[in-house]
Amino acid sequence: MSGDVNTPHAELAGVTRIYPGAAGRPPLHALGPVDLVLRHGEFFSIVGPSGCGKSTLLEVLAGLAPATDGRVTFEGRPVAGRVPEGVGVVFQEDASFPWLTVWDNVAFGLRRTGVDAAEIERRVGDALSFMGLKDFARAYPAQLSGGMRQRVCIARTLVMQPRLILLDEPFGALDAQTRLLMGDELLRLWRRTQATILLITHALDEAAMLSDRIGAMSARPGRFIDIVETGWPAERDSRIVAKPEFGAITSRLWQSLREESLKALGHGRAQAGASPTA
Amino acid sequence: MTPLTWIRIILVAAFFGVLEILCRTRVIKPVTMIPPSEMVRELGALLASGSIYDDIRQTLAAVAIALVLAVVSGFPIGVVLHAVPRLRRAVDPLLATYYAVPFFVFYPVLVAIFGLSQWPVIVIAFMFAVVAMVISTLNGLDRIPRVLDKVARIHNMGAVETALRLKLPAAAPHLFTGLKLAVAYSFIGVIACEFIMAASGLGYAIAYAYNNFDNRTMYALMLFVLALVTTINMALHVWERRLLRRRVR
Ligand SMILES: Nc1ncnc2c1ncn2[C@@H]1O[C@H](COP(=O)(O)OP(=O)(O)OP(=O)(O)O)[C@@H](O)[C@H]1O
Ligand SMILES: [Mg+2]
Repeated sequence: MSGDVNTPHAELAGVTRIYPGAAGRPPLHALGPVDLVLRHGEFFSIVGPSGCGKSTLLEVLAGLAPATDGRVTFEGRPVAGRVPEGVGVVFQEDASFPWLTVWDNVAFGLRRTGVDAAEIERRVGDALSFMGLKDFARAYPAQLSGGMRQRVCIARTLVMQPRLILLDEPFGALDAQTRLLMGDELLRLWRRTQATILLITHALDEAAMLSDRIGAMSARPGRFIDIVETGWPAERDSRIVAKPEFGAITSRLWQSLREESLKALGHGRAQAGASPTA
Repeated sequence: MTPLTWIRIILVAAFFGVLEILCRTRVIKPVTMIPPSEMVRELGALLASGSIYDDIRQTLAAVAIALVLAVVSGFPIGVVLHAVPRLRRAVDPLLATYYAVPFFVFYPVLVAIFGLSQWPVIVIAFMFAVVAMVISTLNGLDRIPRVLDKVARIHNMGAVETALRLKLPAAAPHLFTGLKLAVAYSFIGVIACEFIMAASGLGYAIAYAYNNFDNRTMYALMLFVLALVTTINMALHVWERRLLRRRVR
């Protein structure tokens, strides 16, 4: 593993993001202030009510959007204006290129960096077989299912050998069973690459099963209201959902999030208290 | 071939068949129109004599130049307009009313500028075609998923590289529509200009035959233009289908 385990791999310190109000609308305070320290090689998940600023946090951390206030660092260097080398992002939306084959999709980034052809061949082949796409190398994204297209995007990120991988609800559009299986693949990928992973998800069970730590966010402007340490061993898979600790973690997350989610839905505190508990 | 293709072929054949009968039975007088079979024979003779090759070459060259100029300037203009929303809002009404302008009125001005060369014809055809390309580019760019912009930023791609490597292929289906319109408008622009005002080219040859009551040559040339444009359009259509087939489920 690269870097000192005791220094943070990436860090947000007092970060806020306020979207300037466009066309007469007031500015929108989307995020923070948040503090977050990502440790080298950990699997960190973020859960939070919709619209609380999770994607905003990811974009700020990736250098895709500027922080209005606060400090963002990756491997000790400030992140500003551009996406640092070593950071890979997989988006919620399907970002595969419909005009390229699966193989060319995955090779896209490598070809730009001047890696030699043999190495591209090797890395792409490797990423494709790792993501179970070997037989679809010559297919076009339109011929694949949504889950497979998302795997193409993951493979495209993977070949760049990122040290920090940010995933924004990558399996949001998939059914629950497929999501669990994709979770297993993520764990496999995480163990093999030894990268630090930040996963944004709306599925509490997914977060509880995959992560070393889980950050629960408040309604907008999002802040961390709870950080749960799961204590799972590195060698884990979706079967841990049967463990009693798993239930304890998900219910703790739900306790933190229930009221925030009601707020995000537009319900006040009083109503939230009056309704029966989940 | 699909049943639709057959229906299409039968309709076209029926049209020419009816025309043939009407001409042969003199319901349509020979001074008005010659039978389609005669047109074909006449065109064969014309092509064999080689007398119109210069006109054909000149017209095709003018169309090609106008088309290439329209496409290679229409795309970047569309990209810039798309990237600068304020500029686009300013230009939008102009684009919307653009085709209300009868460009041919500019011909004298262009002759004053370029002299009696092919350039006034090319410029008018270009003006005709370029805005179709700009509008199609804007349409295409509007429909590109926003996430591609983020992908470009992740790969630290500059504006030009993003335009060429992501936006161009992502917008390709709409650009193809623009290309087809640009081909059609270039042809219309060039041939109409030649017809009205030039001293050479296919359009001029048709007008010349018309003014000299040379019905046979006129119809043969009209048939040629029709066949040429149809063939080019069909080729584009096939190319487009090939290109886009893999992109749709
Ligand atoms: N470009 C933007 N301009 C203005 N407001 C924005 C912009 N992007 C997001 N927002 C607003 O900022 C807030 C946070 O958005 P964000 O996408 O970060 O939330 P999220 O937690 O990812 O939501 P979801 O769970 O629905 O993905 C939302 O209220 C959203 O409407
Ligand atoms: Mg989001």
